[in-house]
Amino acid sequence: MAFDYDKWIRPGKLPHIWCPGCGHGIVMKGLIRAFETLQLKKENTALVSGIGCASRLPGYIDCCTLHTAHGRAAAFATGVKMAKPEMDVILVGGDGDGTAIGGNHFIHACRRNINMTYIIINNYIYGMTGGQFSPCTPTGHKASTTPYGNPDPGFDIAKLAIGAGATFVARGTAYHANQIDKLIVEAIQHKGFSVVEILDDCPTTYGRRNKYKSVIEMMNRLKEVAVPVKAAEKMSAEQLEGKVLTGILYKEVKPDYTSEYAKVIERAQAAK
Amino acid sequence: MSKKVAFLQGNEAAAQGALYAGCNFFGGYPITPSTEVAEVMSIELPKIGGKFIQMEDEIGAMAVVLGASLAGAKALTSTSGPGLSLKQELIGYGCIAEIPCVVYNVMRGGPSTGMPTGPSQSDVMSAKWGTHGDHPAICLTPASVQETYEEVIRAFNLSEKYRTPVFVMPDEIVAHMRERVVFPEKGEIEVLERISPTVTPDAYKPYDTSCGDVPPLAAFGSGYKFHVTGLNKAQDGFPTTKAELVQAEEERQVRKVDANVDDIVHFEEYLLDDADVVVVAYGSTSRSARFAVNIAREQGIKAGLFRIKTFWPFPDKQIKALAGKVKGFIVPEMNLGMCSLEVERNAQGKAPVLGIFRVDGEPINPDQILAKIKEVK
Repeated sequence: MAFDYDKWIRPGKLPHIWCPGCGHGIVMKGLIRAFETLQLKKENTALVSGIGCASRLPGYIDCCTLHTAHGRAAAFATGVKMAKPEMDVILVGGDGDGTAIGGNHFIHACRRNINMTYIIINNYIYGMTGGQFSPCTPTGHKASTTPYGNPDPGFDIAKLAIGAGATFVARGTAYHANQIDKLIVEAIQHKGFSVVEILDDCPTTYGRRNKYKSVIEMMNRLKEVAVPVKAAEKMSAEQLEGKVLTGILYKEVKPDYTSEYAKVIERAQAAK
Repeated sequence: MSKKVAFLQGNEAAAQGALYAGCNFFGGYPITPSTEVAEVMSIELPKIGGKFIQMEDEIGAMAVVLGASLAGAKALTSTSGPGLSLKQELIGYGCIAEIPCVVYNVMRGGPSTGMPTGPSQSDVMSAKWGTHGDHPAICLTPASVQETYEEVIRAFNLSEKYRTPVFVMPDEIVAHMRERVVFPEKGEIEVLERISPTVTPDAYKPYDTSCGDVPPLAAFGSGYKFHVTGLNKAQDGFPTTKAELVQAEEERQVRKVDANVDDIVHFEEYLLDDADVVVVAYGSTSRSARFAVNIAREQGIKAGLFRIKTFWPFPDKQIKALAGKVKGFIVPEMNLGMCSLEVERNAQGKAPVLGIFRVDGEPINPDQILAKIKEVK
């Protein structure tokens, strides 16, 4: 039986703004499957984003949606979650939005271990503004503002999240579509701050500048570089050169922020 | 029963006023000279089941307040000049997305780090022009600790009533001085709540103006689901670039304040009936001005004080009316001329406007004002 995506799509809001060949729609479908698997209640689900191509995603989903300012999704979402801890709060955005202008909010949301899920769609570029390099653009690659090759080293978003204190970190790709919803399901079920990085392509502003001849070639690259964490255990350092680990990369149980704040309230009221 | 009285600092009174108004969320970032507000809220909010969060930066503090307000909280942030500059983009977000909240900004010397412990009144223009784009602006400038308490309550009421961020901007002197505060009984001062939707969730539009310029606001997590964006939007909350819709929405947002100036603009008229010279002052400077006016009267000079309590919207009508009757205005302020520009705009050349501008971190004293009063012929 075909999956009924329409249940979660807002009537009249499609077509989306994404270019032909962009993988954001694949991620959105994965997100919808995850919401449906978990039987989330639309009225009790907040989907929060910043600015950029990926941040337009909430507009298409039928729940409480908050399209904030550039980089600020995590801080707005923290306010929603603090005021209504019983809500499921999910963030979505791109690599530039989340790790450059929003980097501070991102690491501190990780540190607080606030019970929210952040889906970062990493296409290595600022797509909406026409292809400027992001903190995730690989060294040497071309963007509209690195015409001679990018001199900057890139972020490893997963390592950044783990280092900052996130208690669930996973990575998937737009090629491995069937895995996306499973990772998001586990992330939402995890109590604490969970980060799911989904590697994606941007044929329009990244692919064409970096000699990718087609969307298929870009998708195949995602297929080739991805190595499941289990498989990686049996591989040598040489074999892992240039590869990217996928699956659940990190998981630990730690007190989450809103539960800890509930204890603050208890202590304050006991002392009153 | 006698009323509860306390000897409080302006910032402490601000926190108490917020609690009276039903504030149940505070998001902030430490900054001199406003930090006491955060400290009091961190103690008091959890006692009533409210939430306090110290964010990673000033921008995050503004964002968390807006997010909490959308989820139904009555939210406050406190800051000072440099923090206000950082918050400005999201204050604009609050204006266009129409999210009630109160921004308490203590004015210290600037620009940049300036004089963190020195008084100033140089943020008043930032309240209206700080964020980009056209937007409504409400800014209250209290002159005493008691008034800070009351004006914070009024700020919450105005933000809920008009569904927009509201500033309270005491100068550092008002924020840090200690005075007697008489607390009102519960119910003595009216506390307003935002208009909630009466339609079913399916029929709800977050910017539905069928009942007036202020659309009812549902809370996330209350059974209503809707979209909020910083893009220009239609009544259903979704982005639009349709020229006529954008024009109408922008005009409505500004009209929420412009059409209600008589409700929002509060001021005090002191000895104005026969005044030849009118001192226009706000904040702690108005206290020196009152002193100077009293001395001038003793010396036979017909001086008066127009004390601004609501800085934005500016009391245009009142200043215009005075301009036709007086020989001159004196505008003392701890900046290089901000309020004086507004007074000049309203005086329309009918009366001279003499400024007394100090940015050295020292208060303007009555002697300076008295000397200037005597310059008006």
